[in-house]
Amino acid sequence: MTTRREFLVLACGAASLTAATPVGAQIDPNQAALRKAALQEALRKVTGDAQVRRGKVKLDLPPLVDNGNAVPLAVTVESPMTSADHVKAIHVFTEKNPLPDVVSVYLGPRAGRAGISTRIRIADTQTVTAIAQLSDGSFWSDSADVVVTLSACLEEGLI
Amino acid sequence: MARAIVSMPAQARRGEVIGIKTLAAHPMETGFRRTQFGELIPRDIIRRFVCTYNGVEVFRVDLHPAVAANPLIAFTTVATESGTIVFQWVGDNGFAVTETAPIRVE
Repeated sequence: MTTRREFLVLACGAASLTAATPVGAQIDPNQAALRKAALQEALRKVTGDAQVRRGKVKLDLPPLVDNGNAVPLAVTVESPMTSADHVKAIHVFTEKNPLPDVVSVYLGPRAGRAGISTRIRIADTQTVTAIAQLSDGSFWSDSADVVVTLSACLEEGLI
Repeated sequence: MARAIVSMPAQARRGEVIGIKTLAAHPMETGFRRTQFGELIPRDIIRRFVCTYNGVEVFRVDLHPAVAANPLIAFTTVATESGTIVFQWVGDNGFAVTETAPIRVE
């Protein structure tokens, strides 16, 4: 029979074991490498082998974020938005979130202006990238660095 | 808990670019969080948002778990003719919400 003392010792041991897992918002290096690979894969899926140039796209994100659970994001692309020259798609990717994809927007000349505003989750201090696909098949991008004090999906970061 | 708000002008001049703001009530559960017992909470997100103007698709968004809860989507469209603009949100567990808004174009 388990005495009260033995039970308490066991219970404390179990509690300290669970508490002993590393604590901190930083993702461990292996996880970071996996996520980088996932990002490359996601980028390849969108752009294929096409070259991505910087410019035309403007990614608006606050540089310092208190709460990563709802970060205002705005992407605008310079484009006349005519049927001959318009933005076909805008994709947003993160470097260290559990999944690289954030949003994919599909639009055309009927949108009038190429842009979207939304709110996203950011898991860790990282770089966010927006890529726009134009009607002529070219890709343009912009990146923004975000510092996060309180991360979204912290639980995943601890694994 | 299926509700959405759309904010846009009721009338516009022909060819004017109008701003549309939409907000859907949805928890956007990522599928990466755990309960206090360590079990994964299953994913429950809105996967797609589509805006159609008199039957023509003008704007579409694919959402992923990295979109915040109660997703706000703000975008623009050209006011071409009077009619209705339909907004549709489709997600996991059969989530489907449709909102319509009339627009008068002069």
